[in-house]
Amino acid sequence: MNILSYDNTLEGFFTAVFEVYEYKYLNPKIVRQSLAQNALFSEVTPIITQQDKADRVTQRLEKQIGKEGLREILFGFLSENENFEDIVFEIIKYGIEHPNQNILKNYAHPAVLQLSKWVKSVGREAHRMEAFVRFELLQDGIYFAQIKPDFNVLPLTISYFKERYQDQKWLVYDTKRNFGIYYDLKTVEWIQLDLEIKNITQKHDQTERKYQHLWAEYFDHTNIKERKNTKLHIQHVPKRYWKYLTEKRTF
Amino acid sequence: MNYDRIKEKLEILADAAKYDVSCSSSGGTRKNTNKGLGNSHASGICHTFTEDGRCVSLLKILLTNYCIYDCAYCVSRKSNDIQRAAFTVEEVVDLTINFYRRNYIEGLFLSSGIFKTPDFTMERLVRIAKKLRLEHNFNGYIHLKTIPGASDELMQEAGLYADRLSVNLEIPTQSGLKLLAPEKDHKQMIKPMGFVKDALVQYKEERQKFKSTPKFAPAGQSTQMIIGATQETDLQIIKVADHFYNNFNLKRVYYSGYVPVLSDTRLPALGTEVPMVRENRLYQADWLMRFYGFKADEIVDRQNPFLDLEVDPKISWALRNIDQFPINIQQAPLEMIFRIPGVGVKSAYKIVHARRFQSLSLEHLKKMGVATNRAKYFIDFKIQNNHLKHLSTIHLKQIILDESKTKYQKTFSNQLSLLNEHSFLR
Repeated sequence: MNILSYDNTLEGFFTAVFEVYEYKYLNPKIVRQSLAQNALFSEVTPIITQQDKADRVTQRLEKQIGKEGLREILFGFLSENENFEDIVFEIIKYGIEHPNQNILKNYAHPAVLQLSKWVKSVGREAHRMEAFVRFELLQDGIYFAQIKPDFNVLPLTISYFKERYQDQKWLVYDTKRNFGIYYDLKTVEWIQLDLEIKNITQKHDQTERKYQHLWAEYFDHTNIKERKNTKLHIQHVPKRYWKYLTEKRTF
Repeated sequence: MNYDRIKEKLEILADAAKYDVSCSSSGGTRKNTNKGLGNSHASGICHTFTEDGRCVSLLKILLTNYCIYDCAYCVSRKSNDIQRAAFTVEEVVDLTINFYRRNYIEGLFLSSGIFKTPDFTMERLVRIAKKLRLEHNFNGYIHLKTIPGASDELMQEAGLYADRLSVNLEIPTQSGLKLLAPEKDHKQMIKPMGFVKDALVQYKEERQKFKSTPKFAPAGQSTQMIIGATQETDLQIIKVADHFYNNFNLKRVYYSGYVPVLSDTRLPALGTEVPMVRENRLYQADWLMRFYGFKADEIVDRQNPFLDLEVDPKISWALRNIDQFPINIQQAPLEMIFRIPGVGVKSAYKIVHARRFQSLSLEHLKKMGVATNRAKYFIDFKIQNNHLKHLSTIHLKQIILDESKTKYQKTFSNQLSLLNEHSFLR
């Protein structure tokens, strides 16, 4: 087996795909660097990311599966699933065997179906982040929220927050992956915080707690207790998201 | 801001508004072009869900629960001895803006009891929407209730600031309405719906000529019917819904199972179970009409005026139309794939895409998300489908029931007996 490692970027992965064909590696297996240290792999060839090679793979793929197909691969990548490389490489091979078909529409193919499942999961969580993020107003006028999503969905939510909240400063921070997006009334930037996140939330604006209480009150009173349906409630708002939700916190 | 006073008002006026089940924030296309606050997402977003599992998308409140009417089904009716409250215009605006900035909501759903006159009430609702739009550059979603009897000028203005307008029919039959709300009649409710429909058409035409014409209620109009407060049949309900979808360009009809909160001899007794299964079946029927190409009279008819509570309306239709089956998964047109029990819209599209590549098996369908425990009795493959032997038996419904545990099992036996008591099932 030929093991090729890449730098955890999508461009790196596409470069590796290019080189598999360029150098005709036999039995190739592409792994991301962060997983390549695994003792199971005896010999690993590191691939250096090259934009032009990545672009050629992207262009070739776009011709066959369109922008929509590339988007599906991006979603698969953001799932961070350990089988991402194997599944997508299998799809690419399948695509090369059937060059004139949009192979991503064959939901009966196991790899295609697997990718479509990741797309669904990642899309759903991105949507949930847009829904479940709760901003808290800090003393310095920044609306702040922290998240800890299962998948790396923060990059997918930028346009939602950017289009919606244009006249307030805001910061959404992924504490699991330790990066965030910050809007300063002009542009959105990636940032990394050194501070203990906990200290930030103690510096609430003085009105913040009041609105949190009002919202929790509202949530309580909009419920119809004669219709209580806990199973459905949890299905829509899985417990792992409760920690974000102001209305699910006990005051 | 007097926090304690606002909290008290919010409790009262959220409580009073919650029986209006509409929650949708979809269909709007408002963009945030003025560097202001908010936009509306075409598909809508549920920011949380109540403990009864309903979507919370909008801040749904009444401006006031004072009301001059005495409708039996309404918790805010004049003769009901409850706490009353009224928000000021500023208070509603402040709550909306501050909730929105924290990403709690998609916008505001504002309704009201009728105090003094319809115009007096409507004028305040419009004033709130106008203030949000013009003074706060608010581009989030606004749903206003239109008050029957309000002037055309106010209705017109409402449509310019709101994304959606709605009037609730509440009671599906004229006779039921006469019994429970003698001061109201359907004509009075239909008038504003007709106005909105005409305005939608007119503004759309003008926009085609002049790009600068403002949008009028871009997310259209909707209505709600209360289910199980009077003796209406599902046939009547579905016919009414169908009529309004076809003639008033409605985006949505909502069905709200009656929650017995008031003691009144004209209404089901306190403690009667909310008809949630029936409500669910009505929504399924509604979906069949809007997304699956079914006609109203295919779902219920004079011989079958009630939806079967035990199985979904698509299975009911299939069981009444066995001659249409089995449907060949490899060759049948999309319209027929839609009609297979257990196949949703998305799975149907996946099937017609995937079958161009290869012959599909039951296993493939299962992986695509089809509810094969229902679908398998109605479909034909390239290879033989052994489940088809049940298709012509009279026990097919029982076979399906035995295999799929309905999520309503618990409430089911209960509710059936209650329905019988009230002679809903004739």
